[in-house]
Amino acid sequence: MQELQARFKTITEDPSLSFSQKARALSLEAENSLAYPELDEDTARALEERVICDMYEGHAPFKPRYVMPDYSVVLKKGSEFLELEPAQTLDEAINSLMIAYHHVPSVTNMPVFLGHLDDLLLPYCDGVSEEALYSKIKLFWRYLDRVLPDAFMHANIGPSDNQVARAILKVDSELKQVAPNLTFIWDPEVSSDEIFQMACDSIIECSKPHIANHPVHQPIFDSAGYGIASCYNALPLCGGASTLTRINLYEVAKRSVSVEDFFQNVLPRYVDLNFRLTQVRVNHLFEKSRFFESFLVKEGWIAKDRFTAMFGIFAMAEAVNELQEKAGVAGRYGHDDAANSLGHRISAALAEAVASREMEYVWRGRAMLHSQAGLSDDGGCTPGVRIPYGSEPDPVTHIQALAGHHGYYTSGVSEILTLDETIRNNREALSQLVKGAFSLGFREFSANISSNDLVRVTGYMVRLSDIQKFKESGGSRINTTVLGAEASVTGAILDRAPRVIAHEFTRG
Amino acid sequence: MNLPEAKVSKILNFSCVDGPGNRLVLFLQGCNFACLNCHNPHTMALCNHCGDCVPACPTGALSMIGGRVVHDPTRCDECDQCLEVCPINSNPKVFQVTIGEVLELVQRNKPFLNGITVSGGEATTQLKFITALFGVMKQSVSLRDLTCFIDSNGYLPEFAWRSVLPYTDGVMLDIKSFDCDLHCKLTGRTNERVLASARFLHAEGKLHELRYLLIPGMTDVPAEIDRLLDFVLDLSPGLNLRLNAFQHHGVRGEAQDWPAAEKDRVEEIASQLRRGGLSNVTTPAVYI
Repeated sequence: MQELQARFKTITEDPSLSFSQKARALSLEAENSLAYPELDEDTARALEERVICDMYEGHAPFKPRYVMPDYSVVLKKGSEFLELEPAQTLDEAINSLMIAYHHVPSVTNMPVFLGHLDDLLLPYCDGVSEEALYSKIKLFWRYLDRVLPDAFMHANIGPSDNQVARAILKVDSELKQVAPNLTFIWDPEVSSDEIFQMACDSIIECSKPHIANHPVHQPIFDSAGYGIASCYNALPLCGGASTLTRINLYEVAKRSVSVEDFFQNVLPRYVDLNFRLTQVRVNHLFEKSRFFESFLVKEGWIAKDRFTAMFGIFAMAEAVNELQEKAGVAGRYGHDDAANSLGHRISAALAEAVASREMEYVWRGRAMLHSQAGLSDDGGCTPGVRIPYGSEPDPVTHIQALAGHHGYYTSGVSEILTLDETIRNNREALSQLVKGAFSLGFREFSANISSNDLVRVTGYMVRLSDIQKFKESGGSRINTTVLGAEASVTGAILDRAPRVIAHEFTRG
Repeated sequence: MNLPEAKVSKILNFSCVDGPGNRLVLFLQGCNFACLNCHNPHTMALCNHCGDCVPACPTGALSMIGGRVVHDPTRCDECDQCLEVCPINSNPKVFQVTIGEVLELVQRNKPFLNGITVSGGEATTQLKFITALFGVMKQSVSLRDLTCFIDSNGYLPEFAWRSVLPYTDGVMLDIKSFDCDLHCKLTGRTNERVLASARFLHAEGKLHELRYLLIPGMTDVPAEIDRLLDFVLDLSPGLNLRLNAFQHHGVRGEAQDWPAAEKDRVEEIASQLRRGGLSNVTTPAVYI
C-alpha cells in the first residue's frame, strides 16, 4: 500500500503532467492496483513474457476498447439521458455531436470514432450556403482538436461526393491539425473522380485523410455497416471492439526450431493462449463491468451484441526474417519473393485460426484479425505486417509485397507508405498509386509525405551514396536549406505535437 | 523479329518527377553532352572494359571475364566505388534489357502507372530502342493507354524526332542556356539544335515541358532569364516551364566549386517569369 501511495504521490507532483493527465494516470494506477482477471498458468506466463499482449488496457476492463456509436440516433431521436431534443438545424446537429462525444468512452477515455460525418450532417444542410457550412465545420474542427486532443479520434467521410465531405477535406487540409484523424471511404462506383482527387490532394497537404477501400471492407460487415476508428480499425457500426490483444510473431518465431515447428506447434499454441487471454478480458467486460447497462445501449447508440474482439499481430517482418535464418535462406521480408510468401502463409494460418475459434460475447461469435500498429515501446519490432522503417523498397514494390496480406486482416491493416516531397509537384502520381494499391486488394491506404533519403529531383537520379557522402562532408549552407525547407513544411505540426498526443501509443 | 536492346543504368518503378502522374522510368546509358554540372556523370559513357573498377570493388561484385567487366548484382551493396574510379564517366553496373523484358515489367506495374518515360544519360542516343519500345506499346491492347514520354537534352535533329514522334506522347526538354558560348562551355556543344528541337516539338504538339537549370552567376543572370522569357512567350505563355536549382550532389570537377542555387533566388526568378506572362512555372519541391 505504501508503494502504491508513493506512486500516487509521484503522479500528483509530476511537473511534466497537466492536471488532466495526472487524473488519467491516477485512475490507471488505481485500476491496475486491482487483481488481474483470473488467467490460467500458461496464459499468464505468455503474457508475462509478452509473447501475447493485452495492450496494457488495464486490469479491470470496464469499457470496450473501441466504441462505434450510431450517432444518427441522438440526432434523430434526441437523448433522454442527456436531455437533448432531436436536432432541427445544422447548428443543433453539430452541438448534439459535440455533447455526445463526451459520453462515449474508449480505451483512451476519449472517443475514437466521430461518425460518418457527411451522412450525419447532410440532412441538416438544406439551405445552408457553402460559406456558412465551411465556417461551421472550421469551428467544429477547432473544437475537436483543442478539447479532445487525441490523434486516434477518427472521423469518416465518403464514399459519396457531397458538400459536407468537401468542406471537411478543405478545412482539414487548411488547418493541418493532428486531431481529428480522418478516413475517406472510397467506392469507385459511388465516389466521383473529383472528390477522390481532393482526398489525394489533401494527403499531400497534411498526410490525411486515410483512404479506405469500400468494396473490400463492405462485404465483411452487415447492413448496419462499419466505421473506421483509431489506427485504421474497421469495426461494426453501432458496436465496436471489446478488446484488442496481440501476438508478437517475432517472439513466436524465436521459440520455434524451424518453419514447420512454427506452423505446427508454436504458433497454434500462442494463438490459443491469446484467445484465452481475450476471452477472459471480454468476459470481465460483459459479466462484471455493467458497461452494457449504460444509456448508450438503452437508447440504441450501440448494441451489446455488436462488439467484436480484435485479434492483433505484429512483428511479421522480424518473424519472417528469423524463420528465414533458421531455414538458412537469405531473402529478407519486403524484398524477396520467398520471404514475402512465407509472410503470406503466416497471415493465412492466422486467418484460418481466427475463423475456426468460437468466442463468447463476440459479434458473430468470431474474433477479427488485425495487423496492429504498435506501442511506443515495441523496441526492435516492426508494427503489424509492415516492412521495417528505413528498408522500404520503392512504393510500387512495397505495395506489391504487402497486398497479399490485406485480405486476411478484416478488422484493418495499419500500413503507412512514406512518399518523398517531390510528389507535391505531381498530384496525379499519388492518385494513381492509391488506385494501383486498391486494384491489388489493399484495404486501406495511408501515406506520409516527408523528406527522406530517397528524394529524387526533376530529371535526374539522386544516388544514395551521394547523399551519404554529402551528409558526411558537411556542406553547411545546403544542410541549413534542407532543414529550413523541412521545418517550414512540417513545422506547424511539430509545434503542436507536445499538446496533441496519440494516447493509444502509450502504455496505460 | 530482331528488336534492338537497350543499355540501361537504372529502372525505377515509381517516379513522380519524370512526367505526368506515376511513371516507370528507364535511364538509358550514354550521353552526347558532357555537362560540367552533370548530376549523374556516371551515365555519360559506355563501358570500354578497361577493368580499372574491378580491384576497387570491396565486395567482389566485379570481375573480368573474357575481356569484359561483369557485374554481379547479388554481391553489390551499391557503395558506388566503381563509379568513383571509372576514368571515362561510365558505370560497370549497366545492364542490357530487351523490349520483352521491359514490357513484362510495365505489365506487372500497370495498375500503378500513368505511363513510362525514357531518360538518361541522353535517351535519344538509343533512339531505335525507344522507337521500337513505344511502337510495340502503342500496338498493345493492354498497354496502349499508358503514355510514352522522352526526357531529352534536345540535341536530336528534326528528321530523327520525326521517326519517334508518332509513338511519343510528350517530350520533356532541357535548355541548358540561351547564350551559345555559355552553352558550349557548359555542355561541349552549341545550342542551335536544342532550340530548334523545342520549337519543332512544340509545333508538333509534343513539348510537354521545358526545363531550365538555374546556375548562379551563369544561367540565372538577367540576360539569360530575359531570353528564357521571350523564348517561352514566343512558343506559348501556358507552356509548362520547370525551373531546376543547381545543387552539388553527384557533381564532379570544377562545378563542385560553383555556388548552389538558393531557394529565395529561384522563387524570385519564378515570380519574375510569372509577371512576364508565363502561367505554368514550377519550382523545386525540395532543395538537396
